[in-house]
Amino acid sequence: MAGGVGISTGPAPASERIAGLSASSWRRAGLAAAILVAIALPFLIGKYHTFELTLAMIYAVALLGLNLLSGYNGQISLGHGAFYAVGAYTAAIMMQRWGVPYWATIPPAALISFAIGVLFGLPALRLEGPYLALVTLAMALATPQLLKYFDGWTGGQQGINLTKPVPPHWLGLGRDQFLYLLVLIVLIAAFWVGANLLRGRTGRALVAIRENPISASAMGIDTARYKTLAFGASAAFAGVAGAMSAIVVGFVAPEGFGLLLSLSFLVGSAVGGIATVSGALFGGLFVEYVPNIANDISDAAPGAIYGLALLMLMFAMPVGVAGYIGPRLARLARRPRASASNPPGESKQIGSIAIQEGRKP
Amino acid sequence: MTGAPVHQFLQQLFTGLATGAIYASLALALVMIYRATELVNFAQGEMAMFSTYIAWTLTNAGIPFWVAFALTLAASFLGGVAIERLIIRPVQNAPVFTAVTVFIGLLLILNSVAGWLYTYTVQDFPSPFGDRPLLHSLLTTSALGIMGVTLAMLVLLYLFFRFTPIGLAMRAAAQNPVSARLCGIRVGRMLAIGWGLAAAVGATAGVMVAPILFLDPNMMTGTLLYAFAGALLGGISSPLGAVIGGIAVGVMENLVGTYLIASQLKLTVALAVILLVLVLRPNGLFGATLVKRV
Repeated sequence: MAGGVGISTGPAPASERIAGLSASSWRRAGLAAAILVAIALPFLIGKYHTFELTLAMIYAVALLGLNLLSGYNGQISLGHGAFYAVGAYTAAIMMQRWGVPYWATIPPAALISFAIGVLFGLPALRLEGPYLALVTLAMALATPQLLKYFDGWTGGQQGINLTKPVPPHWLGLGRDQFLYLLVLIVLIAAFWVGANLLRGRTGRALVAIRENPISASAMGIDTARYKTLAFGASAAFAGVAGAMSAIVVGFVAPEGFGLLLSLSFLVGSAVGGIATVSGALFGGLFVEYVPNIANDISDAAPGAIYGLALLMLMFAMPVGVAGYIGPRLARLARRPRASASNPPGESKQIGSIAIQEGRKP
Repeated sequence: MTGAPVHQFLQQLFTGLATGAIYASLALALVMIYRATELVNFAQGEMAMFSTYIAWTLTNAGIPFWVAFALTLAASFLGGVAIERLIIRPVQNAPVFTAVTVFIGLLLILNSVAGWLYTYTVQDFPSPFGDRPLLHSLLTTSALGIMGVTLAMLVLLYLFFRFTPIGLAMRAAAQNPVSARLCGIRVGRMLAIGWGLAAAVGATAGVMVAPILFLDPNMMTGTLLYAFAGALLGGISSPLGAVIGGIAVGVMENLVGTYLIASQLKLTVALAVILLVLVLRPNGLFGATLVKRV
């Protein structure tokens, strides 16, 4: 069945060789090259572009969390902005009130978001499909209000101003370059954790629950445990991203964590492909750049483009960019001797994650 | 300003009944779509907001209020039909994620098109009923008017579904599409009409709430949340439940806001209600228990 689909990011069997190298070595080489380019980028482009890319990477971390929850585990969240806000405010409050160094705020942000995610995941066990979407939508709407209400901690409407971290002298880096590299490290760590989580037993359990919760539990998967775990882990990714954004932007305020943020996560996730790991990167770039470009047209344009993108994706390409390109690339690479080891139709299944589970039996 | 505590309580109660009537209308629109298609329409609030802008444009053009209101209902009906035909039908049997995402896309588009056409400036929307105090200022003419219009709409809808052939056909199509189709009912057309009606009911809610909330593209998000709370409280499969739930939530919102919690937390209260109902009593007070075949 299509069960293992979401996790098989490298569908080509190891025995197959392209130009003398196995597919997995190709993948490893590609990954190394991509990381090298990513490290080199801030030295080649201007300050502002570096800053934009930094934000895109932060979004990618949050989107990875959302993909884990919605794409792999099938729990819809329209309110991940709330967990992002938890992370951002955890970092901001620790830095401003207690003078904690910026780097030390990331683990607590992850832990607190994880705990809140688990707490939220418990009632979510009883909600399915549109109801979970509804509750998380309400959560997204309530977040700015709650942030304003607890103004003793959050600074209310004014928010909290932070001093941006200063790069150590011996590194000889500009501040934007330093922040970029810092976020890049967090991004790589997050993707490493995420990919490992999804590759193994946990990932298979999550996908099995998405595909058919009843048969998953019949096979001995503790669905409640995995679903709350997925919620917690997903929230932790969002929280880490939020903390990074507070550190990088140097400012948090309630208006930044409203419905639009949560919905941009949904858009980014859908654009990249909800049941993919690499899709989070596409999504992050989309969410960072498209509104910036669209804002030049009109202040209503980003919303319109988001909305159109969602409709068009759902009608034409429900698996998102990574979900669309990935299998095709793999098939292209495999073409010369595909006949022997790959049953026809496998790629099609890989590409059809978002449209597998019918609403009605 | 208010005298005795009893007076204040009654005043809040009546205000709550009026806002509750608005929530009830929107909740009813949600339930109508849910019953026909099992979809939860996250864009219902934005559809109502858009209709309200149409009414605002028409009254600003000098058309008398009630004529403009009737025209708005007609336009909303057509808009609802068009949305069903063009956007919803293709995802009718799609998985939940796809359906939810399409509704969110619709929400974003309606919201930003309204912002584009009318800007995000908050506009004044005068109440058609004036704002004179009645009964020792226990309630106002506008509150009474809102309740009256809502009640009239509910009665008309009830009569429509109960006594007209097309209402009967629509109920049949919602209850059992396959059998209805075998009986010669055009199920697709019934769904489209259902969407049109829901859009018109939502438009009523929007026009009624606009004098209270003022008019801007984001005016309905909070109202929609309360309508959801009302629909869930009453049971999302029950029209009567939606109306009772909506009114109950409206009254509760006002009383809680006055006596218990600061009104800045309104949306949080709605979140709490939604969560509690869904966890403790997922079928609401009047909803049928869902049995799922696996």
